[in-house]
Amino acid sequence: MKTYQFKPYNVGRWLIWSLFAIVLIFAPLIFTSNLSGTMLAQMGIAIIACLSYNILLGQGGMLSFGHAVYTGLGSFVAIHALNSITAGTSQIPVSLLPLVGGFAGIGFAVLLGYVTTKKSGTPFAMITLGVAELVFAMSLMFSEFFGGEAGISGNRVAGQTIWGITYGPQIQIYYLIAIYTFICVALMYAFTQTPLGRILNAVRDNPERVEFIGYNTQRVRYFAFIIAGFFAGISGGLGALNFEIVTSEVVGAGRSGGYLLFTFLGGATFFFGPIIGGILMVLAFVLLSELTKAWLLYLGLLFLFMVMYAPGGIASLIMMNLRVAAFGKLKQIWVSYLGLFVTAFVALIGAGAMIEMVYHLQLNSALGDNLKFMGIVLNAKGVDSWFGSAFVMLTGLGLFEAIRRHFLIEWGDIQIEIEKEIKRREAA
Amino acid sequence: MEFFIISMLNGLSYGLLLFMLSSGLTLIFSMMGVLNFAHASFYMIGAYFGYTLTNVIGFWPALIIAPFLVGGCGVIFERLTLRKVHKFGHVPELLVTFGLSYIVYELVQLIWGRTAVEFTPPELLKGSAFTLINNATTGLQLVWGAAPAEMCSATDAAIRIVCSPFPATRAFMMFVALLMLLALWLLLTKTRIGLVIQAALTHPETVEALGHNVPRVFMLVFGAGTGLAGLAGVIGGSTFVTEPAMAATVGSVIFVVVVVGGMGSLSGAFLASVLIGVIQTFAIAFDYSFVSVSKDLGFQLSSAMQNNSFLKLTVSQVAPILPYLFLVLILIFRPKGLLGTREG
Amino acid sequence: MSYALELKDLRKNFGKTEIIRGVNLAVNAGERIAIIGPNGAGKSTLFNLISGRFGPSSGEILLNGQRIEHKAPYEINRMGLSRSFQITNIFPKLSVFENLRCAVLWSLGYKYTFLKFLSGLKDANELAEKYMAMIRLDKKRDLLAMNLTYAEQRALEIGITIAGGSNVILLDEPTAGMSRSETSRFINLIKEVTIGKTLLTVEHDMGVVFGLADKIAVVVYGEVIAFDSPEAVRSNAKVQEAYLGSHSAEEAGGH
Repeated sequence: MKTYQFKPYNVGRWLIWSLFAIVLIFAPLIFTSNLSGTMLAQMGIAIIACLSYNILLGQGGMLSFGHAVYTGLGSFVAIHALNSITAGTSQIPVSLLPLVGGFAGIGFAVLLGYVTTKKSGTPFAMITLGVAELVFAMSLMFSEFFGGEAGISGNRVAGQTIWGITYGPQIQIYYLIAIYTFICVALMYAFTQTPLGRILNAVRDNPERVEFIGYNTQRVRYFAFIIAGFFAGISGGLGALNFEIVTSEVVGAGRSGGYLLFTFLGGATFFFGPIIGGILMVLAFVLLSELTKAWLLYLGLLFLFMVMYAPGGIASLIMMNLRVAAFGKLKQIWVSYLGLFVTAFVALIGAGAMIEMVYHLQLNSALGDNLKFMGIVLNAKGVDSWFGSAFVMLTGLGLFEAIRRHFLIEWGDIQIEIEKEIKRREAA
Repeated sequence: MEFFIISMLNGLSYGLLLFMLSSGLTLIFSMMGVLNFAHASFYMIGAYFGYTLTNVIGFWPALIIAPFLVGGCGVIFERLTLRKVHKFGHVPELLVTFGLSYIVYELVQLIWGRTAVEFTPPELLKGSAFTLINNATTGLQLVWGAAPAEMCSATDAAIRIVCSPFPATRAFMMFVALLMLLALWLLLTKTRIGLVIQAALTHPETVEALGHNVPRVFMLVFGAGTGLAGLAGVIGGSTFVTEPAMAATVGSVIFVVVVVGGMGSLSGAFLASVLIGVIQTFAIAFDYSFVSVSKDLGFQLSSAMQNNSFLKLTVSQVAPILPYLFLVLILIFRPKGLLGTREG
Repeated sequence: MSYALELKDLRKNFGKTEIIRGVNLAVNAGERIAIIGPNGAGKSTLFNLISGRFGPSSGEILLNGQRIEHKAPYEINRMGLSRSFQITNIFPKLSVFENLRCAVLWSLGYKYTFLKFLSGLKDANELAEKYMAMIRLDKKRDLLAMNLTYAEQRALEIGITIAGGSNVILLDEPTAGMSRSETSRFINLIKEVTIGKTLLTVEHDMGVVFGLADKIAVVVYGEVIAFDSPEAVRSNAKVQEAYLGSHSAEEAGGH
């Protein structure tokens, strides 16, 4: 007799993916400036890169300092393939070039990953660092492949055009990136629901135990490394098409560090965390760097605080607060949140003023001692400007600390109330 | 012959500098399980502190004080930050030091600027420690200090004289490094605190149960490790160059040293430092490539091979990647490192 | 007919210290063996040697007639041996259900596949549900393993051990740290889930030992000084002297 199973249509899941698709489709129509166009394209690329990085970090517990090797080498292979299309020696359609990058990613992951995944934990991290330095140093040596100082350029208007799409205009390349982003995010999510994906989580949680349930831990890590390399290569290939130039900095330590920083910032413990991370990465590199020269300093400090106080990243903060909201307790605590934000902002202004004054003294002293900061004129050599800024910063910090302690007590109380509520619902 | 000796000594001095850095890193790692990603940043801070203090109180007092200042910074960092994430495991600890490296890099640029600063060695160390003179007629001679001009050039053009000076800064570097090595060894094996450290290396909880304040010992070890890095920074910064990029250049090499030597092994770190230092120094000096050697030996290579960028590479061009190649080879053939005993 | 598990002159040194000094043991299929001995006798080391956590200095270990010494733990597990740990060794950030499902994946042949969805693996899901019910954790199906109570985690530990379907089960102090009532419930659980399997368990609780085991192996200073039925062991003079104390004949169930 056939047993019937009730498998309800997972409305929530369809809703989220549809929303995601809608956002991807309509974003460039809402943000129409040129700057937005390039930023959106870069965000798609960054999302794929950070998600691929999180296969290692968040899902596998493997801290890699050299992920840019795989995105970067994917970029280089893709741009060479692009040039061969332009030269007529290859018939691959431009739309499939990111896949070429992906396969390059697989190839290099198979090659380098074998040695890299021999160890785990801290030694693994150092090996990825060493391999990354090796590849970067090589990129300065072999100028035929890596293009030396100038890098390798290409023209994405090449080969056969299908339906009139040449990929010349930014909007066309954006939609190609959007399609790849959607498919890759879906595939990477699907991966988390497969046996290999789950065993990878087990390896993260307790690598020793995994061996005793029949799995070769090293091999699990190796396969995960290769899969991460595939998507990293795709991201690199998209990058090559988007910028039409690839230089050796794409395999550099700065980029690897960026992936780590922003994936962690977005949140490594939830699937959507790296998506937030990728978006933030583009915003920081493009917008924040214009705002202040000290943006890397702010980023480093933010990262430090995140590791200390919110190691699950922004995603975990969102989820925690969603939980609080779901139990109707958000109204108790939103005042504290407001206080925290305001005082943090004040402290930031004070610190920012001082930092800008230092930079002014260093770089623009020829323009005189005065500079504009947030609408106020500061005298970089004046005692009152310095005293004022320091005072603002210290006041902000002091108040922040006071509110933070109060917030923690409130938060603790709310968590206890929520636990009680959960137990009550279980028993009912 | 003199080239070999001088290069050997240069390599040894560089290797010993690497050891000064990697010993601190190994100590911290062995004791606390923390891989201090920012270790090279403390090296850089040491150099900059040394530079500023030298301008105020002179090189020799700076040499003593700067490491303590750097160690102090290390202690503060450990107390405020590292201790908080200790309970989260080793990955967050590594991440915290990673974040610190960004912050230090930016702060250094903020305070001292983005270009290199002129951190010159003191008068005493400006010259040569000794000079090797290879005179075609009289053979190899050693002269302390710089060799006088008449010994280096012959009136008779037929006699070949080569003068190879060995910089005093390098000699001083070796001296300090060896002194430090001795002090470290004495400390660990002969003193009570050394005994506690050795025990806490493998059994921190037991040591704590015996009444020792292990968190404080950790803090001291972190401070000592970073202080050593600071000392290396004062010497390295004055011998080589003091600039914001100096942390990055030496940072990845010391990680290679620690992995190649064997995680947690001080003697392994020593061996690996010296090995990598010597090999890299020699490699930079050799301008031979596969193509040039073949030419010298009289082999005829096809023009395709002659233009192959891979074969055209000289050993000196390959020198920067040698440590990393070494790393990969060790991992394939001897994963636990040269003298490693612990599984990382 | 070969033994389920056989140890031949097994030795293990750590540096210069001999921990296991020539252990000989032969276990028939389906037997329940309790391994007892004073602290530091080498019982956990024996388990570590058998399960492949480290290799012996010399000697042979045979599982169903095949040599397994120096094999990796996953190889030994695939050959039909499974072990639990004295210090709970579960997957803390996975749910109870996921923990058990992971444990069954290899034995069902799913290996390293990423082309199938976990939700579609009927046999894996059904098996995981079955074991979850067996260890009485079905009510806590979706709770993260790190949020279970100690006894529940021990139960999950055993669940993971047996879920792979191995025929030879090694349980390392399964009832460590449990209260008396928890212990007796646990013993019944162990009896239930190991029906038809070969069981070796390290235990300190004599009541458990005498109630559960077909045979007892007494390990003292890295050697097996007695391997016999419970009554024979209890009255063995050497055992009494070394471990049970001379008044053990009167004490049937105490520590």
